[in-house]
Amino acid sequence: MSMIFGVPVAVLSGQLLIGIINGAFYALLSLGLAVIFGLLKIINFAHGAMYMLGAMTTVLMFDYLGVNYWAALLLAPLLVGAFGVVIEYFLLRRIAGQDHIYSLLLTFGVALIITGVLVNWFGVSGLRYTMPDMFKGGVNLGFMFMPYYRAWVIVAALLVCFATWFMIEKTKLGAYLRAGTEDSQLMQGFGINVPLLISLTYGFGVALAAFAGVLAAPIYSVTPVMGSATLITVFAVVVIGGMGSIGGAIITGILMGVIEGLTKTFYPPASSAVVFLVMVLVLMFRPSGLFGKEA
Amino acid sequence: MSSNSDREYEQLRLSGLHAFYGESHILHGIDMVVNRGELVTLLGRNGAGRSTTLKAIMNMVGRRTGSIMINGEETMSCAPHHIARLGVGYCPEHRGIFSSLSVQENLTLPPVVRSGGMSLEEIYNMFPNLYERRSSQGTKLSGGEQQMLAMARILRTGANMLLLDEITEGLAPVIVEKLGEVLIALKNKGLTIVLVEQNFHFAAPLADRHYVVEHGQIVEEISANELSSKQSVLDRYLGV
Repeated sequence: MSMIFGVPVAVLSGQLLIGIINGAFYALLSLGLAVIFGLLKIINFAHGAMYMLGAMTTVLMFDYLGVNYWAALLLAPLLVGAFGVVIEYFLLRRIAGQDHIYSLLLTFGVALIITGVLVNWFGVSGLRYTMPDMFKGGVNLGFMFMPYYRAWVIVAALLVCFATWFMIEKTKLGAYLRAGTEDSQLMQGFGINVPLLISLTYGFGVALAAFAGVLAAPIYSVTPVMGSATLITVFAVVVIGGMGSIGGAIITGILMGVIEGLTKTFYPPASSAVVFLVMVLVLMFRPSGLFGKEA
Repeated sequence: MSSNSDREYEQLRLSGLHAFYGESHILHGIDMVVNRGELVTLLGRNGAGRSTTLKAIMNMVGRRTGSIMINGEETMSCAPHHIARLGVGYCPEHRGIFSSLSVQENLTLPPVVRSGGMSLEEIYNMFPNLYERRSSQGTKLSGGEQQMLAMARILRTGANMLLLDEITEGLAPVIVEKLGEVLIALKNKGLTIVLVEQNFHFAAPLADRHYVVEHGQIVEEISANELSSKQSVLDRYLGV
């Protein structure tokens, strides 16, 4: 068997694949955070809970209503997005323009409440979600075995990331978002319904998290607490990429997943710390992040 | 309003307008009227409350009391985007060009609020520089070009009342001259214009009437034909 730096190629590429998949989740989640931060200027601590809600909704809709995976891929983000709009309208709007600490505490509180309620109902042991039949099995690429579902996760996440990037950078609606990020008051003075735009942006950002949750449901353990651990890493990813940069969030997400995967291959004990180590280095040498605009 | 048809149409009326930024009380009861098709200036020293008056009309300051009627409609409880949709185009003092948008994206950002606005083609004819640089980043333009862009942007929307804040500030004389020509063209098209201006020599030949603002109040109203007889009064207020 061929080796690279004393590691079998199959092991290395297997870890690389897991890294890319984790990176795809980081990219989707940090993209949503970046979109929300851009227009609302809040750090959404409820993001992990929204990711978890996406996965939980998928499982529960299947168990109780028989909603299949493909329908869930559309419905769960829509439902969680609508829930986000409600939260924006009734809670976040009331503290708009206040110090960051208020929105941070509020979204953290929302996350605790959602998580607490679901733990109360379902416990923390995890729910089962059966993978759709068409994704069972995989293909032997010669140097490694590629499960179909994992390939699909990468494709789906990249497609959604690209579509979001395209929408923000190349369309009229995206121009509203970019302009609103700079001066939302002036935008409103031009006749654009900025409060509505803000609600929809928050809804869209959390819908991205929910979409990641649906993708995660068949491969990760679905529990009410699954969001909190992921979110910490995602925040580190956002800090590394630079707050508010759309392309930066996507690239950094995937990059950090890969770095994590490689570390797991060569020095496993450091694998869960490596992202934070990179964060420390980035903060020391480039405090606004790899892709962030200098303040 | 039909009973008033023989009077001139009142497009804007401020009565007893007070405005506050947090604890500071900026406007102390502004009363003014602007009729359709008029070009009216707000003159005064820095900090007199002229820019705040425009922002208060747009509902872009903190707290306000009093009354603001636009086309005979009370707007004190309207959100800024509703005010814009009454046909009000606002050009802020800092110009408000978006750096993450190209020149053309900046130009087409404000939605059309009523029919009768200029087409993109007409705007590019009026400002050929903007056409040449349409794909540049908005803030890469020169100060003069940015000002043209800030003006052009609200002409596309069909707004029939423009609130222009210090549009000549810091610009070269040749650009100021061009802006003067643009204002005359807009006035000839029947647009109503409220101009906050520091450069009295720019404003004097264009305006129908002048309001002098001091300490958040209107202290003098001077029509264009009274200008020479009231020059000394004006000089005293403006300190020139």
